[in-house]
Amino acid sequence: MSEKADQIFILLKDWLVSFLPAGWQHVAGVLLCVVMIVAVYPGLFALAVLLERKGLGRMQNRLGPNRVGPFGLFQPIADGIKSLTKEDIVPLRADKVVHFLAPVMLVVAVFMGFAVLPMGRNMVLVDLDASLLFFFAMGASTEISIFMAGWSSRNKYSLLGAMRAVAQMISYEVPLLLSSVAIVMMTGSLSLVKIVEAQNQYTWGLPHWYVFTPWGFAGFVIFVIASMAETNRSPFDLPEGESELVAGYFTEYSGFKFALFFLGEYVGMFGISGLGVTLFLGGWSSPLAVLNVVPSWMWFFSKVMVWICFFIWVRGTLPRLRQDQLMNFAWKFVLPLTLLNLVVAAVWRFMGEGWLRWVVCSAVLIVVYAGAGLSEMRRKKFGPRSYRYAE
Amino acid sequence: MSVAFWLIAALTVAGALAAVLLKNLVHCALAVTAAFLGLALMFLELDAQFAGFAQILVYIGAVAILVVFAILLTRGSETPEKEIGVFSRTWLAGLIVAAAVFAVLGWAVLQSAAGLPHEAAVPAVSVQQIGQALMGQYVLPLEIVALLLTAATIGAVIVAMHEKGDAQ
Repeated sequence: MSEKADQIFILLKDWLVSFLPAGWQHVAGVLLCVVMIVAVYPGLFALAVLLERKGLGRMQNRLGPNRVGPFGLFQPIADGIKSLTKEDIVPLRADKVVHFLAPVMLVVAVFMGFAVLPMGRNMVLVDLDASLLFFFAMGASTEISIFMAGWSSRNKYSLLGAMRAVAQMISYEVPLLLSSVAIVMMTGSLSLVKIVEAQNQYTWGLPHWYVFTPWGFAGFVIFVIASMAETNRSPFDLPEGESELVAGYFTEYSGFKFALFFLGEYVGMFGISGLGVTLFLGGWSSPLAVLNVVPSWMWFFSKVMVWICFFIWVRGTLPRLRQDQLMNFAWKFVLPLTLLNLVVAAVWRFMGEGWLRWVVCSAVLIVVYAGAGLSEMRRKKFGPRSYRYAE
Repeated sequence: MSVAFWLIAALTVAGALAAVLLKNLVHCALAVTAAFLGLALMFLELDAQFAGFAQILVYIGAVAILVVFAILLTRGSETPEKEIGVFSRTWLAGLIVAAAVFAVLGWAVLQSAAGLPHEAAVPAVSVQQIGQALMGQYVLPLEIVALLLTAATIGAVIVAMHEKGDAQ
């Protein structure tokens, strides 16, 4: 019974496709999967937008949207109707072709990344040998579209926002890729399906997820930081902060194009959360061996939603980083830690099984992290916090 | 020569032509990005998965951004006051040199194609084989490329630093 629930989407697809002649079945199956992906993720996007507004509102001691439907549940529908019916204003001197193509390119590149994510047992759209590389290639293509958006608007604020966003994205791309390289090293394959299968084993009931190893945990932390910076999420959202640059690179976009940018950003968040879940949190495998009755796709989507809630939580909690603080953080702190993580992962692999490698690897990582952090803080002369109250 | 090959070739050639014929410099940079994409699709059509995705990741994700930043930071994207044509005055010499290079390259490619053994099936190269080749047979070129990149990075930092020192 749980087998059928686990594979229910595959069985449904096979049943629907069996109505067609044999020559068309493969293409129709692929098309059906693509339609499902393009339908499910914008639905999750609507849910995430609502969650964000309500969550941020509660964290800021106010109610979020609560007028449209019970507890504001129909707010995304209202947002969608608003963005579809707003006038599409293009500035007179803007570059019309590039202005039009920028949101299109962003959405296309972002949706392509979902083709290689394994969303459940046997539920990956394309099983490539180098699927991790494909995902990163699609992520890198989004930077071009951000630059196109900022430059084509012929607006100083847009251009500044675009340059800042692109600089931030290329800086954090290196820790993002390097922290995944440690995973590739331990699995021995670039294929995301194999990475999940390597994590789908249980010892004493606990899973072999990579986040539960010292180098995996450090890599996970670095991946979370880098993924927040890649998707321009707070606290790295200087390029699009409302109090900074009007709206950064999408200042001159209104109506449906703005909705496309918004969609692209959130779906990109889903994509990179999906990748992080696949690499570090075991993809579709369940946390305990006994919980395998719950379908695998339910585990995958739950983990992705937990990651999104974590993003929203961090947005409501931490203040924004300034551009130079952000770049310093990337090149002087995160990148050396990532390189050290690679070395520690190699040490782990060559030390052989046993408790000694746990102790040595954890000790090296913790000492260097604490040492580097303390030395940076001492350089900047941070003392204990002092409060001044109004008299 | 399948349909896919002709379509991809059309995209690449159109992108490359647009990159030299357009007036706006940033448009040219975006057109050369389209040419890079065409090359990546060509690699993928030849079943070289790693080369294709690495082309997208490196060329479109990094080199194109670099080209665009260079154009922006050196103010090459301002439209010129009087309309200079896209063709330079020495176009005949340029055409002769380009034709000569193309002739040499074409001769070399056609010569080598005649000498290849006829293989029954294209060997599928997996990423693992590429990795083993890089670490085994080609480890010396790998290290030299790493040295080259380090030298380039240090050089870039020194050039940028000296500019700041002069301003002060």
